[in-house]
Amino acid sequence: MQLRARERIDHSVKLLVKTTGFLVIAILGGIFFMLLWNTAAFFLKIKPMDFITGTQWNPSGNPATYGILPLLVSTCLVTLGAMVIAIPLGIGTASFLSEYAGKRLKNILKPIIEMLAAVPSVAIGFLGIVILGPGIAQLTGQPNGLNALNGAILLAVMALPTIITVAEDALHGVPHMYKEASYAVGASKWKTLIYVTIPAAAPGILAAVMLGVGRAIGETMTVLMATGNASAFPKGFFNSVRTITATIAIEMGEVPYQTTHYYSLFAIAAVLFLITLAVNLLGEHYVNKFRKYHSA
Amino acid sequence: MNKDDIKLSASSVNLWFGNKQVLKNINVSFPKNQITALIGPSGCGKSTLLRCFNRMHDLSPDARIEGKFLLEQQDLYENDLSVTQVRSRIGMVFQKANPFPKSIYENINYGLKINDVPKEKRQSIIENALKESYIWEEVKDEMQKPATRLSGGQQQRLCIARAVSLRPEVILMDEPCSALDPLSTLKIEELIVKLKKDYTIIIVTHNMQQAQRVADKTVFMYLGEIIEEGDTKTLFSDPKNDLTANYVKGHFG
Ligand SMILES: Nc1ncnc2c1ncn2[C@@H]1O[C@H](COP(=O)(O)OP(=O)(O)O)[C@@H](O)[C@H]1O
Ligand SMILES: [Mg+2]
Repeated sequence: MQLRARERIDHSVKLLVKTTGFLVIAILGGIFFMLLWNTAAFFLKIKPMDFITGTQWNPSGNPATYGILPLLVSTCLVTLGAMVIAIPLGIGTASFLSEYAGKRLKNILKPIIEMLAAVPSVAIGFLGIVILGPGIAQLTGQPNGLNALNGAILLAVMALPTIITVAEDALHGVPHMYKEASYAVGASKWKTLIYVTIPAAAPGILAAVMLGVGRAIGETMTVLMATGNASAFPKGFFNSVRTITATIAIEMGEVPYQTTHYYSLFAIAAVLFLITLAVNLLGEHYVNKFRKYHSA
Repeated sequence: MNKDDIKLSASSVNLWFGNKQVLKNINVSFPKNQITALIGPSGCGKSTLLRCFNRMHDLSPDARIEGKFLLEQQDLYENDLSVTQVRSRIGMVFQKANPFPKSIYENINYGLKINDVPKEKRQSIIENALKESYIWEEVKDEMQKPATRLSGGQQQRLCIARAVSLRPEVILMDEPCSALDPLSTLKIEELIVKLKKDYTIIIVTHNMQQAQRVADKTVFMYLGEIIEEGDTKTLFSDPKNDLTANYVKGHFG
Protein backbone atom coordinates (compact mmCIF):
# COMPACT_ATOMS: atom_id res chain seq x y z
CA MET A 1 0.00 0.00 0.00
CA GLN A 2 2.74 2.41 1.06
CA LEU A 3 4.85 1.39 -1.87
CA ARG A 4 2.07 2.13 -4.27
CA ALA A 5 1.54 5.60 -2.74
CA ARG A 6 5.20 6.32 -3.07
CA GLU A 7 5.26 5.24 -6.66
CA ARG A 8 2.31 7.50 -7.38
CA ILE A 9 4.09 10.49 -5.86
CA ASP A 10 7.23 9.61 -7.78
CA HIS A 11 5.28 9.44 -10.95
CA SER A 12 3.49 12.74 -10.50
CA VAL A 13 6.69 14.58 -9.54
CA LYS A 14 8.31 13.24 -12.66
CA LEU A 15 5.37 14.42 -14.71
CA LEU A 16 5.48 17.86 -13.09
CA VAL A 17 9.19 18.32 -13.74
CA LYS A 18 8.77 17.13 -17.29
CA THR A 19 5.89 19.54 -17.87
CA THR A 20 7.78 22.57 -16.56
CA GLY A 21 10.75 21.62 -18.72
CA PHE A 22 8.65 21.38 -21.82
CA LEU A 23 6.80 24.55 -20.89
CA VAL A 24 10.03 26.55 -20.82
CA ILE A 25 11.06 25.16 -24.19
CA ALA A 26 7.59 25.86 -25.58
CA ILE A 27 7.64 29.46 -24.36
CA LEU A 28 11.09 30.09 -25.82
CA GLY A 29 10.03 28.46 -29.07
CA GLY A 30 6.88 30.56 -29.09
CA ILE A 31 8.80 33.81 -28.66
CA PHE A 32 11.21 32.86 -31.39
CA PHE A 33 8.40 31.87 -33.71
CA MET A 34 6.49 35.10 -33.08
CA LEU A 35 9.60 37.11 -33.82
CA LEU A 36 10.19 35.26 -37.07
CA TRP A 37 6.56 35.40 -38.14
CA ASN A 38 6.21 39.13 -37.67
CA THR A 39 9.58 39.79 -39.23
CA ALA A 40 8.51 37.83 -42.27
CA ALA A 41 5.35 39.92 -42.46
CA PHE A 42 7.53 43.05 -42.43
CA PHE A 43 9.72 41.87 -45.29
CA LEU A 44 6.66 41.20 -47.41
CA LYS A 45 6.10 44.93 -47.43
CA ILE A 46 9.58 46.43 -47.27
CA LYS A 47 12.55 45.30 -49.35
CA PRO A 48 15.29 43.78 -47.13
CA MET A 49 17.87 45.91 -48.92
CA ASP A 50 16.09 49.13 -47.99
CA PHE A 51 15.92 47.95 -44.40
CA ILE A 52 19.57 47.00 -44.14
CA THR A 53 21.12 49.91 -46.01
CA GLY A 54 18.62 52.65 -45.21
CA THR A 55 20.13 55.51 -43.27
CA GLN A 56 16.86 56.88 -41.96
CA TRP A 57 14.43 55.52 -39.44
CA ASN A 58 11.21 57.48 -39.81
CA PRO A 59 8.17 55.19 -39.81
CA SER A 60 5.71 58.05 -39.34
CA GLY A 61 7.17 60.22 -42.10
CA ASN A 62 5.80 60.60 -45.57
CA PRO A 63 7.04 58.48 -47.18
CA ALA A 64 7.83 56.25 -44.19
CA THR A 65 11.42 55.02 -44.08
CA TYR A 66 12.64 51.92 -42.30
CA GLY A 67 16.42 52.07 -42.41
CA ILE A 68 17.91 50.17 -39.45
CA LEU A 69 21.41 51.64 -39.81
CA PRO A 70 21.04 54.60 -37.46
CA LEU A 71 19.60 52.35 -34.75
CA LEU A 72 22.24 49.69 -35.31
CA VAL A 73 25.04 52.21 -35.23
CA SER A 74 23.58 53.71 -32.07
CA THR A 75 23.42 50.34 -30.36
CA CYS A 76 26.95 49.47 -31.43
CA LEU A 77 28.30 52.85 -30.39
CA VAL A 78 26.82 52.69 -26.92
CA THR A 79 27.74 49.04 -26.39
CA LEU A 80 31.26 49.47 -27.70
CA GLY A 81 31.79 52.53 -25.57
CA ALA A 82 30.49 50.70 -22.54
CA MET A 83 32.83 47.79 -23.16
CA VAL A 84 35.86 49.99 -23.73
CA ILE A 85 35.25 51.38 -20.26
CA ALA A 86 34.00 48.28 -18.48
CA ILE A 87 36.39 45.58 -19.71
CA PRO A 88 39.69 47.06 -18.49
CA LEU A 89 38.07 48.39 -15.35
CA GLY A 90 36.33 45.09 -14.67
CA ILE A 91 39.37 42.90 -15.25
CA GLY A 92 41.51 45.32 -13.27
CA THR A 93 39.15 45.28 -10.31
CA ALA A 94 38.78 41.51 -10.49
CA SER A 95 42.56 41.11 -10.53
CA PHE A 96 42.91 43.42 -7.57
CA LEU A 97 40.27 41.53 -5.60
CA SER A 98 41.67 38.13 -6.42
CA GLU A 99 45.41 38.76 -6.23
CA TYR A 100 46.13 41.83 -4.17
CA ALA A 101 43.30 42.62 -1.76
CA GLY A 102 43.54 41.06 1.67
CA LYS A 103 40.79 38.75 2.86
CA ARG A 104 39.08 41.41 4.91
CA LEU A 105 39.04 44.06 2.18
CA LYS A 106 37.75 41.49 -0.29
CA ASN A 107 34.95 40.51 2.07
CA ILE A 108 33.86 44.13 2.23
CA LEU A 109 34.25 45.01 -1.45
CA LYS A 110 32.65 41.97 -3.04
CA PRO A 111 29.16 42.40 -1.51
CA ILE A 112 29.24 46.11 -2.31
CA ILE A 113 30.02 45.39 -5.95
CA GLU A 114 27.35 42.73 -6.10
CA MET A 115 24.89 45.18 -4.61
CA LEU A 116 25.60 47.54 -7.50
CA ALA A 117 23.95 44.96 -9.76
CA ALA A 118 20.75 45.32 -7.79
CA VAL A 119 20.33 49.04 -8.49
CA PRO A 120 17.29 49.31 -10.81
CA SER A 121 18.09 50.55 -14.30
CA VAL A 122 15.60 53.39 -13.91
CA ALA A 123 17.65 54.74 -11.02
CA ILE A 124 20.80 54.57 -13.08
CA GLY A 125 19.08 56.31 -15.97
CA PHE A 126 17.95 58.96 -13.53
CA LEU A 127 21.53 59.55 -12.42
CA GLY A 128 22.41 59.87 -16.09
CA ILE A 129 19.90 62.65 -16.56
CA VAL A 130 20.52 64.68 -13.43
CA ILE A 131 24.24 64.18 -12.73
CA LEU A 132 26.21 62.62 -15.56
CA GLY A 133 24.40 64.47 -18.38
CA PRO A 134 24.98 68.00 -17.04
CA GLY A 135 28.51 66.97 -16.12
CA ILE A 136 29.31 65.86 -19.63
CA ALA A 137 27.68 68.97 -21.06
CA GLN A 138 29.78 71.20 -18.87
CA LEU A 139 33.06 69.41 -19.52
CA THR A 140 32.65 69.29 -23.28
CA GLY A 141 30.79 72.54 -23.88
CA GLN A 142 27.81 70.80 -25.47
CA PRO A 143 24.28 72.13 -25.10
CA ASN A 144 23.24 68.94 -23.31
CA GLY A 145 24.84 65.77 -22.10
CA LEU A 146 22.22 63.26 -23.20
CA ASN A 147 24.34 61.40 -25.72
CA ALA A 148 26.06 58.14 -26.58
CA LEU A 149 28.87 58.77 -24.11
CA ASN A 150 26.41 59.20 -21.27
CA GLY A 151 24.72 55.92 -22.17
CA ALA A 152 28.05 54.15 -22.56
CA ILE A 153 29.25 55.21 -19.13
CA LEU A 154 26.00 54.18 -17.47
CA LEU A 155 25.95 50.83 -19.24
CA ALA A 156 29.55 50.30 -18.19
CA VAL A 157 28.53 50.87 -14.59
CA MET A 158 25.69 48.38 -15.00
CA ALA A 159 27.85 45.75 -16.68
CA LEU A 160 30.70 46.08 -14.19
CA PRO A 161 29.30 44.01 -11.32
CA THR A 162 28.73 41.03 -13.61
CA ILE A 163 32.11 41.35 -15.26
CA ILE A 164 33.94 41.78 -11.96
CA THR A 165 32.17 38.94 -10.18
CA VAL A 166 32.53 36.39 -12.97
CA ALA A 167 36.11 37.40 -13.83
CA GLU A 168 37.12 37.31 -10.17
CA ASP A 169 35.77 33.77 -9.86
CA ALA A 170 37.75 32.79 -12.94
CA LEU A 171 40.99 34.32 -11.66
CA HIS A 172 40.49 32.84 -8.23
CA GLY A 173 40.00 29.42 -9.80
CA VAL A 174 43.39 29.37 -11.52
CA PRO A 175 45.35 26.56 -9.83
CA HIS A 176 47.94 27.84 -7.41
CA MET A 177 50.56 25.60 -8.99
CA TYR A 178 50.62 27.69 -12.18
CA LYS A 179 51.42 30.79 -10.21
CA GLU A 180 54.09 28.99 -8.20
CA ALA A 181 55.68 27.78 -11.43
CA SER A 182 55.81 31.36 -12.61
CA TYR A 183 57.27 32.70 -9.37
CA ALA A 184 59.85 29.92 -9.41
CA VAL A 185 61.31 31.13 -12.72
CA GLY A 186 61.67 34.57 -11.24
CA ALA A 187 58.50 36.30 -12.39
CA SER A 188 57.10 39.10 -10.25
CA LYS A 189 53.53 39.06 -8.98
CA TRP A 190 52.55 41.56 -11.64
CA LYS A 191 54.08 39.59 -14.53
CA THR A 192 52.58 36.38 -13.21
CA LEU A 193 49.18 38.03 -13.26
CA ILE A 194 49.56 39.32 -16.82
CA TYR A 195 51.27 36.35 -18.44
CA VAL A 196 50.00 33.36 -16.47
CA THR A 197 46.96 33.98 -14.31
CA ILE A 198 44.89 36.08 -16.70
CA PRO A 199 45.60 33.84 -19.73
CA ALA A 200 44.80 30.75 -17.66
CA ALA A 201 41.54 32.37 -16.58
CA ALA A 202 40.79 33.52 -20.12
CA PRO A 203 37.73 31.30 -20.71
CA GLY A 204 36.07 32.62 -17.56
CA ILE A 205 37.09 36.21 -18.27
CA LEU A 206 35.70 35.91 -21.77
CA ALA A 207 32.47 34.56 -20.38
CA ALA A 208 32.40 37.57 -18.04
CA VAL A 209 32.88 39.96 -20.96
CA MET A 210 30.18 38.22 -23.00
CA LEU A 211 27.73 38.47 -20.13
CA GLY A 212 28.63 42.14 -19.85
CA VAL A 213 28.10 42.72 -23.58
CA GLY A 214 24.81 40.88 -23.39
CA ARG A 215 23.70 43.07 -20.54
CA ALA A 216 24.75 46.24 -22.39
CA ILE A 217 23.16 45.39 -25.72
CA GLY A 218 19.86 44.37 -24.21
CA GLU A 219 19.56 47.19 -21.68
CA THR A 220 16.64 49.48 -22.48
CA MET A 221 15.51 51.81 -19.75
CA THR A 222 18.86 53.41 -19.02
CA VAL A 223 19.71 54.21 -22.63
CA LEU A 224 16.18 55.37 -23.23
CA MET A 225 16.59 57.91 -20.45
CA ALA A 226 20.18 58.96 -20.97
CA THR A 227 20.98 59.03 -24.66
CA GLY A 228 18.58 61.67 -25.94
CA ASN A 229 16.81 59.45 -28.48
CA ALA A 230 17.41 61.57 -31.57
CA SER A 231 16.71 59.45 -34.62
CA ALA A 232 19.24 61.29 -36.80
CA PHE A 233 22.23 59.30 -37.97
CA PRO A 234 24.76 59.36 -35.08
CA LYS A 235 28.18 60.78 -35.86
CA GLY A 236 30.02 60.12 -32.64
CA PHE A 237 29.93 59.80 -28.88
CA PHE A 238 28.76 63.38 -28.36
CA ASN A 239 25.73 62.82 -30.55
CA SER A 240 22.36 61.95 -29.24
CA VAL A 241 21.57 58.37 -30.22
CA ARG A 242 18.66 56.01 -30.27
CA THR A 243 19.34 52.33 -29.76
CA ILE A 244 17.30 49.41 -31.08
CA THR A 245 15.98 48.65 -27.62
CA ALA A 246 14.94 52.24 -26.94
CA THR A 247 13.20 52.45 -30.31
CA ILE A 248 11.14 49.37 -29.60
CA ALA A 249 10.24 50.61 -26.15
CA ILE A 250 9.26 54.07 -27.35
CA GLU A 251 7.29 53.10 -30.42
CA MET A 252 5.64 49.83 -29.42
CA GLY A 253 3.22 51.63 -27.14
CA GLU A 254 1.72 53.86 -29.78
CA VAL A 255 1.94 51.89 -32.97
CA PRO A 256 -1.34 50.61 -34.47
CA TYR A 257 -1.68 46.86 -34.44
CA GLN A 258 -0.45 44.90 -37.51
CA THR A 259 0.74 47.85 -39.54
CA THR A 260 4.08 47.91 -41.34
CA HIS A 261 5.39 50.01 -38.49
CA TYR A 262 4.26 47.38 -36.01
CA TYR A 263 5.98 44.62 -37.95
CA SER A 264 9.12 46.71 -38.35
CA LEU A 265 9.65 46.69 -34.59
CA PHE A 266 9.74 42.90 -34.66
CA ALA A 267 12.24 43.05 -37.49
CA ILE A 268 14.65 45.22 -35.51
CA ALA A 269 14.10 42.99 -32.47
CA ALA A 270 15.08 40.02 -34.65
CA VAL A 271 18.28 41.83 -35.62
CA LEU A 272 19.02 42.43 -31.96
CA PHE A 273 18.45 38.76 -31.32
CA LEU A 274 20.87 37.82 -34.10
CA ILE A 275 23.54 40.10 -32.65
CA THR A 276 23.23 38.61 -29.17
CA LEU A 277 23.30 35.14 -30.68
CA ALA A 278 26.46 35.96 -32.63
CA VAL A 279 28.13 37.41 -29.53
CA ASN A 280 27.30 34.26 -27.59
CA LEU A 281 28.51 31.90 -30.31
CA LEU A 282 31.71 33.86 -30.69
CA GLY A 283 32.25 33.75 -26.95
CA GLU A 284 31.61 30.01 -26.91
CA HIS A 285 34.09 29.52 -29.74
CA TYR A 286 36.89 31.33 -27.94
CA VAL A 287 36.11 29.68 -24.64
CA ASN A 288 36.56 26.28 -26.32
CA LYS A 289 39.73 27.39 -28.01
CA PHE A 290 41.31 28.45 -24.74
CA ARG A 291 40.07 25.37 -22.98
CA LYS A 292 42.22 23.27 -25.29
CA TYR A 293 45.26 24.24 -23.25
CA HIS A 294 43.71 23.22 -19.99
CA SER A 295 42.39 19.74 -20.65
CA ALA A 296 45.04 17.24 -19.67
CA MET B 1 84.23 18.96 4.12
CA ASN B 2 86.18 21.76 2.49
CA LYS B 3 84.43 25.10 2.76
CA ASP B 4 84.78 25.74 -0.98
CA ASP B 5 82.76 22.67 -1.76
CA ILE B 6 79.64 24.00 -0.06
CA LYS B 7 77.18 25.50 -2.49
CA LEU B 8 74.22 26.23 -0.31
CA SER B 9 73.73 26.38 3.42
CA ALA B 10 71.28 27.28 6.14
CA SER B 11 72.25 28.10 9.70
CA SER B 12 70.18 28.55 12.86
CA VAL B 13 66.96 28.51 10.90
CA ASN B 14 63.61 28.69 12.64
CA LEU B 15 60.34 29.07 10.80
CA TRP B 16 56.80 29.64 12.00
CA PHE B 17 53.47 29.58 10.21
CA GLY B 18 51.42 31.79 12.50
CA ASN B 19 52.09 30.39 15.96
CA LYS B 20 53.14 26.99 14.77
CA GLN B 21 56.87 26.39 14.62
CA VAL B 22 57.59 24.22 11.60
CA LEU B 23 61.41 24.37 11.41
CA LYS B 24 63.55 24.22 14.52
CA ASN B 25 67.17 25.28 14.62
CA ILE B 26 68.12 23.92 11.23
CA ASN B 27 71.81 23.83 10.33
CA VAL B 28 72.58 22.16 7.06
CA SER B 29 74.84 22.50 4.05
CA PHE B 30 74.66 21.17 0.53
CA PRO B 31 77.84 20.23 -1.34
CA LYS B 32 78.48 21.58 -4.81
CA ASN B 33 77.67 19.37 -7.79
CA GLN B 34 76.22 16.71 -5.62
CA ILE B 35 72.75 15.39 -5.02
CA THR B 36 71.40 15.69 -1.51
CA ALA B 37 68.23 13.88 -0.51
CA LEU B 38 65.90 15.27 2.16
CA ILE B 39 63.96 12.46 3.76
CA GLY B 40 61.57 12.21 6.66
CA PRO B 41 57.93 11.47 7.44
CA SER B 42 55.16 13.51 5.90
CA GLY B 43 54.68 16.91 7.52
CA CYS B 44 58.17 17.10 9.05
CA GLY B 45 59.01 20.27 7.14
CA LYS B 46 60.98 19.05 4.12
CA SER B 47 59.06 21.15 1.59
CA THR B 48 59.08 24.09 3.95
CA LEU B 49 62.85 23.97 4.27
CA LEU B 50 63.31 23.55 0.52
CA ARG B 51 61.12 26.54 -0.22
CA CYS B 52 63.18 28.77 2.05
CA PHE B 53 66.05 28.65 -0.39
CA ASN B 54 64.22 30.18 -3.34
CA ARG B 55 62.18 32.40 -1.04
CA MET B 56 58.81 30.95 -1.93
CA HIS B 57 57.62 31.85 1.57
CA ASP B 58 57.87 35.52 0.63
CA LEU B 59 54.35 35.10 -0.67
CA SER B 60 52.73 33.73 2.46
CA PRO B 61 52.07 36.54 4.90
CA ASP B 62 51.86 34.28 7.96
CA ALA B 63 55.33 32.76 7.50
CA ARG B 64 58.09 34.11 9.76
CA ILE B 65 61.67 33.09 9.11
CA GLU B 66 64.77 33.42 11.27
CA GLY B 67 68.31 32.42 10.38
CA LYS B 68 70.82 32.73 7.60
CA PHE B 69 70.75 31.24 4.11
CA LEU B 70 73.84 31.40 1.95
CA LEU B 71 74.38 30.63 -1.71
CA GLU B 72 78.15 30.48 -1.68
CA GLN B 73 78.91 33.84 -0.03
CA GLN B 74 75.64 35.47 -1.00
CA ASP B 75 73.03 36.02 1.72
CA LEU B 76 69.77 35.01 0.03
CA TYR B 77 67.65 37.25 2.22
CA GLU B 78 69.82 40.35 1.92
CA ASN B 79 67.73 43.48 1.55
CA ASP B 80 69.04 44.73 -1.77
CA LEU B 81 68.92 41.30 -3.42
CA SER B 82 65.85 40.87 -5.58
CA VAL B 83 63.87 37.70 -5.26
CA THR B 84 63.99 37.40 -9.06
CA GLN B 85 67.79 37.15 -8.89
CA VAL B 86 67.55 34.46 -6.25
CA ARG B 87 65.10 32.43 -8.28
CA SER B 88 67.09 32.61 -11.47
CA ARG B 89 70.08 31.16 -9.58
CA ILE B 90 68.02 28.60 -7.68
CA GLY B 91 65.46 26.75 -9.79
CA MET B 92 62.61 24.58 -8.58
CA VAL B 93 60.73 21.50 -9.72
CA PHE B 94 57.46 20.77 -7.97
CA GLN B 95 55.78 17.66 -6.64
CA LYS B 96 53.02 17.72 -9.19
CA ALA B 97 54.24 18.56 -12.67
CA ASN B 98 52.99 22.07 -13.32
CA PRO B 99 53.62 23.12 -16.91
CA PHE B 100 51.83 26.34 -17.80
CA PRO B 101 48.61 25.91 -19.76
CA LYS B 102 50.50 27.07 -22.82
CA SER B 103 52.40 25.41 -25.65
CA ILE B 104 55.53 23.34 -25.02
CA TYR B 105 57.63 26.05 -26.62
CA GLU B 106 56.05 28.81 -24.59
CA ASN B 107 56.60 26.85 -21.36
CA ILE B 108 60.35 27.32 -21.68
CA ASN B 109 60.22 30.62 -23.51
CA TYR B 110 58.30 32.22 -20.65
CA GLY B 111 61.11 31.97 -18.13
CA LEU B 112 63.58 33.33 -20.68
CA LYS B 113 61.30 36.23 -21.47
CA ILE B 114 60.85 37.02 -17.78
CA ASN B 115 64.61 37.03 -17.29
CA ASP B 116 65.19 39.31 -20.29
CA VAL B 117 67.05 36.78 -22.43
CA PRO B 118 67.25 38.35 -25.90
CA LYS B 119 64.88 36.85 -28.47
CA GLU B 120 67.55 35.69 -30.89
CA LYS B 121 69.24 33.54 -28.25
CA ARG B 122 66.09 31.82 -27.04
CA GLN B 123 65.61 29.21 -29.76
CA SER B 124 68.95 27.53 -29.11
CA ILE B 125 68.53 27.76 -25.34
CA ILE B 126 65.12 26.15 -25.56
CA GLU B 127 66.45 23.38 -27.72
CA ASN B 128 69.40 22.76 -25.42
CA ALA B 129 67.27 22.74 -22.30
CA LEU B 130 64.94 20.18 -23.85
CA LYS B 131 67.89 18.06 -24.96
CA GLU B 132 69.51 18.31 -21.55
CA SER B 133 66.25 17.07 -20.02
CA TYR B 134 65.95 14.18 -22.46
CA ILE B 135 62.60 15.23 -23.83
CA TRP B 136 63.72 16.88 -27.07
CA GLU B 137 63.28 13.78 -29.24
CA GLU B 138 59.72 13.35 -27.99
CA VAL B 139 58.55 16.92 -28.52
CA LYS B 140 60.72 18.47 -31.24
CA ASP B 141 58.03 18.07 -33.91
CA GLU B 142 55.18 19.44 -31.87
CA MET B 143 56.53 22.41 -30.02
CA GLN B 144 53.20 24.22 -30.40
CA LYS B 145 51.20 21.44 -28.76
CA PRO B 146 49.63 22.30 -25.39
CA ALA B 147 52.00 21.06 -22.69
CA THR B 148 49.04 19.68 -20.77
CA ARG B 149 48.66 17.00 -23.46
CA LEU B 150 51.99 15.41 -22.55
CA SER B 151 52.14 12.38 -20.25
CA GLY B 152 52.88 12.97 -16.56
CA GLY B 153 56.50 11.93 -16.92
CA GLN B 154 56.99 14.10 -19.99
CA GLN B 155 55.39 17.04 -18.20
CA GLN B 156 57.81 16.65 -15.31
CA ARG B 157 60.80 16.50 -17.66
CA LEU B 158 59.47 19.63 -19.35
CA CYS B 159 59.35 21.29 -15.95
CA ILE B 160 62.95 20.25 -15.36
CA ALA B 161 63.82 21.70 -18.76
CA ARG B 162 62.10 24.92 -17.74
CA ALA B 163 64.26 25.12 -14.63
CA VAL B 164 67.43 24.13 -16.49
CA SER B 165 66.89 26.67 -19.28
CA LEU B 166 67.73 29.51 -16.90
CA ARG B 167 71.10 27.92 -16.10
CA PRO B 168 70.56 28.02 -12.35
CA GLU B 169 73.30 26.92 -9.99
CA VAL B 170 71.00 24.94 -7.75
CA ILE B 171 67.86 22.95 -8.55
CA LEU B 172 65.38 22.22 -5.79
CA MET B 173 63.13 19.22 -6.40
CA ASP B 174 60.15 18.55 -4.18
CA GLU B 175 59.18 14.89 -4.60
CA PRO B 176 59.43 15.18 -8.39
CA CYS B 177 58.46 11.54 -8.97
CA SER B 178 55.73 11.05 -6.42
CA ALA B 179 52.96 11.25 -9.03
CA LEU B 180 54.73 9.18 -11.69
CA ASP B 181 54.77 5.53 -12.72
CA PRO B 182 57.95 3.46 -12.10
CA LEU B 183 59.20 3.79 -15.66
CA SER B 184 58.90 7.57 -15.79
CA THR B 185 60.44 7.69 -12.32
CA LEU B 186 63.50 5.81 -13.52
CA LYS B 187 63.86 8.15 -16.47
CA ILE B 188 63.76 11.18 -14.23
CA GLU B 189 66.22 9.66 -11.79
CA GLU B 190 68.61 9.01 -14.64
CA LEU B 191 68.18 12.60 -15.72
CA ILE B 192 68.81 13.91 -12.22
CA VAL B 193 72.03 11.97 -11.92
CA LYS B 194 73.20 13.32 -15.27
CA LEU B 195 72.37 16.90 -14.27
CA LYS B 196 74.60 16.82 -11.24
CA LYS B 197 77.77 17.59 -13.17
CA ASP B 198 76.35 21.04 -13.90
CA TYR B 199 74.06 21.69 -10.97
CA THR B 200 73.79 21.25 -7.25
CA ILE B 201 70.62 19.32 -6.58
CA ILE B 202 68.46 18.96 -3.50
CA ILE B 203 65.71 16.40 -3.79
CA VAL B 204 62.93 15.75 -1.32
CA THR B 205 61.78 12.18 -1.53
CA HIS B 206 59.55 9.73 0.26
CA ASN B 207 61.15 6.86 -1.49
CA MET B 208 64.06 5.28 0.38
CA GLN B 209 65.21 3.37 -2.69
CA GLN B 210 65.22 6.57 -4.69
CA ALA B 211 67.36 8.36 -2.13
CA GLN B 212 69.84 5.49 -2.23
CA ARG B 213 69.85 5.35 -6.02
CA VAL B 214 70.50 9.02 -6.68
CA ALA B 215 71.77 10.85 -3.60
CA ASP B 216 75.35 11.41 -2.53
CA LYS B 217 74.29 12.86 0.76
CA THR B 218 71.11 12.29 2.75
CA VAL B 219 69.50 14.45 5.42
CA PHE B 220 66.88 12.95 7.73
CA MET B 221 64.33 15.30 9.25
CA TYR B 222 61.77 14.66 11.93
CA LEU B 223 59.21 17.09 13.40
CA GLY B 224 60.97 20.13 12.01
CA GLU B 225 64.45 19.17 13.12
CA ILE B 226 67.40 17.60 11.40
CA ILE B 227 68.06 14.36 13.22
CA GLU B 228 70.92 13.02 11.19
CA GLU B 229 72.81 13.75 8.01
CA GLY B 230 75.68 12.23 6.14
CA ASP B 231 76.92 10.20 3.28
CA THR B 232 73.95 8.30 1.85
CA LYS B 233 75.51 4.85 2.09
CA THR B 234 76.52 5.35 5.71
CA LEU B 235 73.21 6.87 6.74
CA PHE B 236 71.27 3.93 5.38
CA SER B 237 73.64 1.15 6.39
CA ASP B 238 74.81 2.48 9.71
CA PRO B 239 72.47 5.15 11.12
CA LYS B 240 73.66 6.70 14.39
CA ASN B 241 70.23 7.67 15.65
CA ASP B 242 67.42 5.26 16.55
CA LEU B 243 64.81 7.42 14.86
CA THR B 244 66.80 7.39 11.65
CA ALA B 245 67.29 3.65 11.91
CA ASN B 246 63.57 3.07 12.37
CA TYR B 247 62.64 5.38 9.54
CA VAL B 248 65.05 4.05 6.93
CA LYS B 249 64.02 0.49 7.80
CA GLY B 250 60.46 1.51 7.08
CA HIS B 251 59.10 1.18 10.62
CA PHE B 252 57.22 4.46 10.36
CA GLY B 253 56.67 7.24 7.88
N1 LIG C 1 51.49 27.77 4.12
C1 LIG C 1 51.37 27.08 5.28
N2 LIG C 1 50.64 27.61 6.28
C2 LIG C 1 50.53 26.94 7.46
N3 LIG C 1 51.08 25.75 7.71
C3 LIG C 1 51.82 25.17 6.75
C4 LIG C 1 52.00 25.80 5.48
N4 LIG C 1 52.77 24.99 4.72
C5 LIG C 1 53.07 23.91 5.48
N5 LIG C 1 52.50 24.01 6.70
C6 LIG C 1 52.65 23.04 7.81
O1 LIG C 1 54.01 22.87 8.04
C7 LIG C 1 54.31 21.52 8.33
C8 LIG C 1 55.40 21.01 7.40
O2 LIG C 1 54.89 20.90 6.10
P1 LIG C 1 55.76 20.46 4.85
O3 LIG C 1 57.02 21.23 4.84
O4 LIG C 1 54.91 20.56 3.65
O5 LIG C 1 56.06 18.94 5.19
P2 LIG C 1 56.68 17.82 4.25
O6 LIG C 1 57.05 18.42 2.95
O7 LIG C 1 57.84 17.31 5.02
O8 LIG C 1 55.64 16.77 4.11
C9 LIG C 1 53.01 20.75 8.19
O9 LIG C 1 52.50 20.53 9.48
C10 LIG C 1 52.12 21.67 7.43
O10 LIG C 1 50.79 21.52 7.83
MG1 LIG D 1 56.20 18.10 1.05
